[in-house]
Amino acid sequence: MAQIAHSWDRGSARPQGALSGVRRFFRRRSTVAFLMCLPLIVLVGGLIIYPALYSIHLSMLNKAQTKFIGLGNFRFLWSRDTFWMVVQQSTIFALSAVFFKALIGLFTAHLVNNLPSKGQRKWRGMLLVPWVIPLALSSLGWWWLFDPTHSALNYLGEALGFSEVPWLSDPYWARFSVILVNVWYGAPFFLIMYLAALKSVPEQLYEAASIDGANAWQKFMHITLPMMRNIIAITVLFSLIVTFANFDIVQIMTAGGPRNMTHVFATYAFMLGIRSGDLPLGAATSLFMFPILAIAAVFILRGVRKRGRDIG
Amino acid sequence: MSTATATVPSVTRTKSRASLSRSRRWALYTSYFFLILFAIFFLAPPYYMIVTAFKSDAEMARMATNPWFIADGVTLDQFRILLKNTDFLIYFKNTVIVTVLVVAITMVISVLAAFALGRMRFWGSSILATGIFLTYLVPDTLLFIPMFQIVKALGLLNSYWGMVVVYPTLTVPFCTWIMIGYFQSIPKELDEAALIDGAGHMQMLTKIFIPVALPGIIAAMIFAFTVSWAAFVYPMAFLYSSDQQVLTVGTVTSLIRGDVYKWGMLMAGALLAAAPPLVIYAFLMDYYIAGLTAGATKG
Repeated sequence: MAQIAHSWDRGSARPQGALSGVRRFFRRRSTVAFLMCLPLIVLVGGLIIYPALYSIHLSMLNKAQTKFIGLGNFRFLWSRDTFWMVVQQSTIFALSAVFFKALIGLFTAHLVNNLPSKGQRKWRGMLLVPWVIPLALSSLGWWWLFDPTHSALNYLGEALGFSEVPWLSDPYWARFSVILVNVWYGAPFFLIMYLAALKSVPEQLYEAASIDGANAWQKFMHITLPMMRNIIAITVLFSLIVTFANFDIVQIMTAGGPRNMTHVFATYAFMLGIRSGDLPLGAATSLFMFPILAIAAVFILRGVRKRGRDIG
Repeated sequence: MSTATATVPSVTRTKSRASLSRSRRWALYTSYFFLILFAIFFLAPPYYMIVTAFKSDAEMARMATNPWFIADGVTLDQFRILLKNTDFLIYFKNTVIVTVLVVAITMVISVLAAFALGRMRFWGSSILATGIFLTYLVPDTLLFIPMFQIVKALGLLNSYWGMVVVYPTLTVPFCTWIMIGYFQSIPKELDEAALIDGAGHMQMLTKIFIPVALPGIIAAMIFAFTVSWAAFVYPMAFLYSSDQQVLTVGTVTSLIRGDVYKWGMLMAGALLAAAPPLVIYAFLMDYYIAGLTAGATKG
């Protein structure tokens, strides 16, 4: 290692006065490495960390941003019923959507894994399509599916004997609908992650279990799940963050309505901050997301690090 | 161990083997049955978007036929109206400019940083790598309000150049993260050989690391492309005039005039806007999936 480090500096050994000092500085390994990271540091510092900190300052100003009002915005939100409905709906939205995404992902990953390996690629390719379409555009498509006058979904429902469903006009059905779209969009991501994880479980474990007389369910509970535990945890936590912070689906399909019942943090912050022009109040709203996301992030990091160690 | 397990099934009697293969076949049929159900669920919305886009307005207004099929014949009218009477092509052009620039900026920043972090260890490099992963987990919906102020201060409000500045925050952290993984998987002997031949840092990067890690670079590029093509929160918050708008927001908001929803045209727009990511996915599926799974499996 020392040898290599020495050869790095070889070129700068020529004595050339003050210039060589500068040149040596610029040829040093750690300096070069730092310079290579500089654009990244500037970007992350200026456009992620700075706005995050600035957001805390912004949230403590009044609407015109002329006066410091401390925790006034947070107190205001705290006293509003709508805000608590947003908290409730965001939680319901994230937890139920992630649960069903993980369930469907696990189930479909097993189904695809059961197929002969020749056909797997085709099915995998087909089932991932919802994830590939930009969410804003597929949300528009879903909105059209839910459209009350032409409703293609109700057409199918009636053919199967169900009564007409007010998909987006009834608050509770609207809540169901936005969750349904999120499950539709996100389940393929889980499918891909779990399929990759299933492939990494050594075949010998299943063979050994077969000899011991284990049935399919026992193999799943005692081999598949423990082997995939880490990747399931990472995927669920990651999806929890993304789902909790989701904006596109609700903004496009309901814009928070009917009666503000489908608002999640992101759309509520958008309505207060951008639509009504009260940036500090909007900033305060989105800051409420931070603690929940931070907790999930810490656990993900632990999982990823552990996984990195497991692999080697 | 593995030889022992391999020989066991061949010892079992032929009768039980036949029943085993029959139960396997049934398992396969059940798998296909459920997969078809899920495929219908996953593909019905895009299918319905396609059907709508190729339907005539007259047929849609009549509402007499099954909405899931085209009864009056396929028509390209919706696409014609979309391209002639709306600003769709402007949105498309803006999105292409923004996406190409963002992918280029992302790749330069993240390949340089990943090379330094993955290979050249310096003071604070491991903390920086962890920090980058954490910033990837910061969602855009947490930052768009302070970002509004920053974009405004830069004088880039209502300009797609503002998107070129802010989109890299969505792409760079993840791309750097997966590139670190790819670079670390390159054997150390390769760079030692390059050093002996007298190569500098940049030469080592361009002559060895980039060619060897090309699959990773393609995966990262696809990720950057899809993210900046699909970005929605930032343009929704920062852009409002038609000549600066990008595809996602333009299709969803500006094509809707008043209360009249021209659904055929909207779906035609959504399809055309979704086409580039779908085409890339169709041709580079393996790279796409490698990029998707890399976040959790490399670390």
